[in-house]
Amino acid sequence: MKEMTLVSSLQRYRCWKEKQPMVWNTIIKSRRDWSIIPHLHDYGQARAAFSWDKARRELEGLPGGQGLNIAHEAVDRHAAGPLGDHLAMRWLGKTGKVQDYTFGRLRELTNRFANVLRGLGVTTGDRVYVLAGRIPPLYIAALGTLKNRSVFCPLFSAFGPEPICARLAIGQAKVLVTTESLYQRKVAGSRSSLPHLEHVLLVGDDYKSADVPGTQDYRRLMEDASEKFTIGPTDPEDVALLHFTSGTTGTPKGAVHVHNAVVAHHITGKLALDFHKDDIFWCTADPGWVTGTSYGIIAPLTNGITSIVDEGDFDAERWYGILQDQKVSVWYTAPTALRMMMKAGTDLVRKYNLSALRFLASVGEPLNPEAVVWGQQAFGRPFHDNWWQTETGGIMIANYAAMDIRPGSMGRPLPGIDAAIVRKTQGDGGIDGGVEVIQEPDVQGELALRPGWPSMFRAYWNEPERYKQCFVGGFYLTGDLAKRDKDGYLWFVGRADDVIKTSGHLIGPFEVESVLIEHKAVAEAGVIGKPDPVAMEVVKAFVSLRDGYEPTPALQRELLGFARARLGTVVAPKEIEFLPTLPKTRSGKIMRRLLKARELGLPEGDTSTLESES
Amino acid sequence: MTPNLTTDEIKSLILRILGEIAPEADLASIKPDISFRDQLDIDSVDFLNFAIALHEELRVEIPEADYPKLATLNGCIEYLTAQRQTSQR
Repeated sequence: MKEMTLVSSLQRYRCWKEKQPMVWNTIIKSRRDWSIIPHLHDYGQARAAFSWDKARRELEGLPGGQGLNIAHEAVDRHAAGPLGDHLAMRWLGKTGKVQDYTFGRLRELTNRFANVLRGLGVTTGDRVYVLAGRIPPLYIAALGTLKNRSVFCPLFSAFGPEPICARLAIGQAKVLVTTESLYQRKVAGSRSSLPHLEHVLLVGDDYKSADVPGTQDYRRLMEDASEKFTIGPTDPEDVALLHFTSGTTGTPKGAVHVHNAVVAHHITGKLALDFHKDDIFWCTADPGWVTGTSYGIIAPLTNGITSIVDEGDFDAERWYGILQDQKVSVWYTAPTALRMMMKAGTDLVRKYNLSALRFLASVGEPLNPEAVVWGQQAFGRPFHDNWWQTETGGIMIANYAAMDIRPGSMGRPLPGIDAAIVRKTQGDGGIDGGVEVIQEPDVQGELALRPGWPSMFRAYWNEPERYKQCFVGGFYLTGDLAKRDKDGYLWFVGRADDVIKTSGHLIGPFEVESVLIEHKAVAEAGVIGKPDPVAMEVVKAFVSLRDGYEPTPALQRELLGFARARLGTVVAPKEIEFLPTLPKTRSGKIMRRLLKARELGLPEGDTSTLESES
Repeated sequence: MTPNLTTDEIKSLILRILGEIAPEADLASIKPDISFRDQLDIDSVDFLNFAIALHEELRVEIPEADYPKLATLNGCIEYLTAQRQTSQR
């Protein structure tokens, strides 16, 4: 199969409004912009002096040279030192409740959870899943699981029953921590098909006790457990985290991360997010996605700062209120939320005192230039976009605090990270060969990274072949197309595959198509990302019907409801269009890129930018 | 401007739009004072589509800053009724 360029949804996005300027001025930083000297202020010097060994020495390690454990670095070492009474996490409930956790308190609670697991016979390497909204037990279970040297796997609570069941089955979950209502709605029905799932711990709705057959009550188990726990010897290469992500084809992939990843979580928190002592940090991401774990749980804790967790969903006024009232100094959020705030205008934000805000960062999908610049109008500071993915475990490329920003660029590689733009070369007889690095500036290719950073994924769970395919010619190939300008700034162009980026999440089209064709009326389904001014892309499905079914609005609604009930809102299509037949290759593969080209209104027959027939 | 609508007509219009965005939802059991997002599986993109559809069907201006007022069924009815009256004057 030939690697070709694709229609860039970002370019499309940029042309959304014809009026907008296509050239954006660089945002120049000066010393006056810093209330505190950024950790990363001399890029060249920092890169030259950097080594991962040095970064590792900023952490403590388990007492007695027993290895490296994420939870020890995040919680226990601070609990035992001068930060024991420091506020580690402040939880804001949907309805106004507030719960504070010092490092000391967090140590006790996570010890209890580790003891709960031990009491259930859950041991090193066993997978402990959490399916919950942003409630304190999620955070406690995550860290307690790491203490027990089990593997923590978060599931996004807006997934429907099918994505949840698939992920529980692939990773052979032994324990699931969830809430009573999520269990009843999304898991109970598939319980019999999950033979490995031995223990389901339920957090009762409204924190009441849960009494559901086949489950145990989280609260009672926690009350009965001891608050003393000693973390056992942990090899830095022991598996710690399992994060699911999506590919173009096949089932979801479980990216495996090890305890050593904490070296990258910690140092990138310092270098890319510029964490300083006494910072109050708010990462708005849900731990169901990798950002919400690496930066919503681990990095602020290892850096000994205060982390804000908000249970509520996005709401511009609520968010401004939190930034003001909690005196947030470093804020890490996502483009979709920013674009919604932009729609609400600057009048609203100006009513709030946001003088504590020092550094604004964004991740999830490329941040469009007008959003970067809007940060200046609304907050007096620009947003700093950065780039990474589930597989990289931590931020790789960033607009760091001291850097002049070229709006629309993802920034430059952090110290310790070697990035390149590469193109694939054909081997003999058409077999895939290696890659060559593109040296010329402004030429598009695939973004690639030299392996060797600590938070690089170590496997796709039980899929060695798929893992191997990610590495070619000594590079990890990211699947993102990008360019590098003459000054080393990197620019996102689009995905090299058919994976859909929506509201900062990756959605695999195959997972959506598989569910649609389970409906009795559907013959074929092809799913694409349709450009969207707010979510970057939304999931759109093209469907052809079996004989005897008519493409009526009623059937369209039925299919939409069918997909939403099974996949959940985050994965299901927002739009379904009927076609008499779907375009296919000679081998019968649905050509999603042709569907996408038609959706984008490319000239009929212009397939020059499409995947060639294989 | 569409002709005068009664509260019941506005309510059924809201429910019809919701039913198009989230056909799987059990609209009969919606509690009028609890936010849609707390009782239905709808995300922020769904909510945006909901607000846009209300604007198009009722021909009323809905500034983005007012979106939070559309969070519940009763809030929606109250807000849309008031907006229609204002724009009729």
